[in-house]
Amino acid sequence: MTATNPPVVPAARTPPWRNVRVLRIVAQVVTLAVVLVIGWWLFNNLLTNMRQTRLSFGFEFLDSTAGFEIGETLVPYSATDRYRDAFLVGIANTLLISLIGIILATILGILTGVARLSNNWLVSKIAAGYVELMRNTPLLVQLVLIYAVLLQLPAIASSIELPGSIFLNQRGLFLPRPVAEPGFGLWLAALIGGVAITIGLRVYASRREALGRSAGRLRLVSFVVLLAITAGAWIATRPLRLDVPVQERFNFVGGLSISPELTALLFGLVIYTAAFIGEVVRGGIQAVRRGQIEAAQAIGLSDGQTLRLIVFPQALRVIVPPLTSQYLNLAKNSSLAIAVGFADLFSVSRTMANQTGQPVSVIVLVMAAYLVISLLTSLVMNLYNRRVQVLER
Amino acid sequence: MTVDTDRLPPPSDVVGPRAWLRANLFGSWASAAVTVVLGALLLVIAVLAAQWVVNARWGVVTENLRLFLIGQYPFDQAWRIWLALTGLSLLAGLTAAGSGAAVRTLAMWLAAGQSLLAALVLVSGLGPVVAGALVVNAALIWVSFYLALRRPVARRALTIGWVLFVPLVFVLLQGLAGSPLGAVPTRLWGGLLLTFVLAVASIVLSFPFGVLLALGRRSDLPVIRTLSTAYIEIVRGVPLITILFTASIMLPFFLPLELRIDALVSAIGGLTLFSAAYVAENVRGGLQAIPSGQIEAANAIGLNAFQRNMYIVLPQALRTVIPANVGLFISLLKDTTLVFIAGGGLLELLAIGRSVLAQPQWFGAHLEVYVFISAVFFVLCYTMSQASYRLETQMGVGTR
Repeated sequence: MTATNPPVVPAARTPPWRNVRVLRIVAQVVTLAVVLVIGWWLFNNLLTNMRQTRLSFGFEFLDSTAGFEIGETLVPYSATDRYRDAFLVGIANTLLISLIGIILATILGILTGVARLSNNWLVSKIAAGYVELMRNTPLLVQLVLIYAVLLQLPAIASSIELPGSIFLNQRGLFLPRPVAEPGFGLWLAALIGGVAITIGLRVYASRREALGRSAGRLRLVSFVVLLAITAGAWIATRPLRLDVPVQERFNFVGGLSISPELTALLFGLVIYTAAFIGEVVRGGIQAVRRGQIEAAQAIGLSDGQTLRLIVFPQALRVIVPPLTSQYLNLAKNSSLAIAVGFADLFSVSRTMANQTGQPVSVIVLVMAAYLVISLLTSLVMNLYNRRVQVLER
Repeated sequence: MTVDTDRLPPPSDVVGPRAWLRANLFGSWASAAVTVVLGALLLVIAVLAAQWVVNARWGVVTENLRLFLIGQYPFDQAWRIWLALTGLSLLAGLTAAGSGAAVRTLAMWLAAGQSLLAALVLVSGLGPVVAGALVVNAALIWVSFYLALRRPVARRALTIGWVLFVPLVFVLLQGLAGSPLGAVPTRLWGGLLLTFVLAVASIVLSFPFGVLLALGRRSDLPVIRTLSTAYIEIVRGVPLITILFTASIMLPFFLPLELRIDALVSAIGGLTLFSAAYVAENVRGGLQAIPSGQIEAANAIGLNAFQRNMYIVLPQALRTVIPANVGLFISLLKDTTLVFIAGGGLLELLAIGRSVLAQPQWFGAHLEVYVFISAVFFVLCYTMSQASYRLETQMGVGTR
């Protein structure tokens, strides 16, 4: 008797509704179709609405005359210029605010972070209180509060004088302005030469150490050389002169004047962001393990060396990524300038949108500009981040 | 239970107040000098601040307290807001009984906050009835807490309660034209009430959207991944104000003329679209923290993508990102103030402050108004950030 084999089932083709490869393509096509249909519907509505209000979607308006003034500008601008120029003024102002803000906030933030870790109870508590106050109130409220305080300052005649010929009054902040003299180029050349010599000496010192020989006091010497060259050249050429603001009857003459709007915006952005940066710095320093510091002490490094060679490079690795997002936040938060009446990118664009009746085109431009600023900032910070990260095998 | 003596920290050598002062304030000459200078400075600032507080025109706050709290919401309908708070208090008390320190802290602060508000109401002349009603709510938190301690409420019932609570409150506050519960148009909502409505509605709505975006960004389908990534990065690259501006001024351009959208709805829409991108990034962090073995195990037992996410991935990922999302809610609460620059006529807390300052009798009382608004935000955000901090330690984030 022969054993009957079980009937061979022919391999059934997977039906398409159970075939993963088909399903994957279908899912993507459907998603894309839904997004496109919604986008087309919105755009079509836009065109219909614009036709009914006799407007058109486009960017031609950029070449017509702007016709509005802007208070503080970096690049020359007048009301007779085109919208294109006004927009560029806005971008320049936003970049200016962001750059100065980032530099000042970083300095204040590092101070705050270090102060929070101070052995002195009072110092660390004051820093903690400052951080909590900043982090738990809205930036916008802080800005309008600072602006209201600035507007209540004394008039020109009774300005508050700060050390270093700095004056503060209702009309803003007046600072001495450095002005280049004829010898400036010469001094700059000497400075560059000095830096080059210093770098050369330091590279030489590192080479010696890499070969196991002592670098002696080469590093200190290189620093003294740089100082001597810079100071000597300064005395010889007198490259800069300070243009000090002088009080006249109705206003200050000379120097650098910063409007209350810009002062409030800059001050608010800096103290707000510095609190967040302080927390980032504190987290970074605390992330360095105690054993690292103890090991550094055990091999006989001084406190300064421990900080410079052991703690800081490791802390930086933790600090840089969140620091980047704080920088981006500062740049984006500068759009709150409109609340204190400073003409940044968003504020200028809003005026443009109102005047031209083309809000859609304007907002597309604004968003694109902010995106480019954000992307550039992250690009620079990511390059820097790559430098400070550990090279892993 | 034995004590692991190897792991105990070394005993403190700082004993008594004098030793504490020496260690913390006068450790060295430099430290002592800093202490003295800072202490003197702090004293001067404290005296000046106290002088200002005593002499400030607080009438601008007390006489306009109703505006600050609920805006133009009709006063004879304010019981609806109170009822919503009562529901919140009841749920908070019952939930706190079965939860850890973080939720208990929040419930305690809710009780304390309502008592504080009652005191403020009493000095502002809104009447003892309002103050009494608020105290009843505060008491209700404690009563429900102790009752639930004795006889625990089922978790499932609480979950259903919370899920139903948010839409119910919205219906209660909004009402329905023609019904006994008359409609209160949203343009009358204002002040702290509106600030809360904006923040709570946007975070609740942005959560599912953000989870979808996070899953989309980690999907292996190129189209879905690209779309999600592009959305997240674009939204995170532009300031919130441009998105709110788009939502309030430009949305009408993109919709058919006969479709008119309520200003509140479009503001919530803008905030939701904005915060969804940030929720997505938080959730992505949680997703990345899940060991790949979990996903492989899910695949091995034959779960499909939907089942894998619903039963294995998301329950673990969402738990770990709760503290980060509390942080997001705090920033969203602060960001609601931007609604007032974006236009659309919504009078949240800061906008109410501005309109109060426009009253001629309170001309120049800027500092009082802004300090009051800052104080309100500080109390709210500080308590929530403390709760989130406790939640982190409770869940062992970063220590496991």
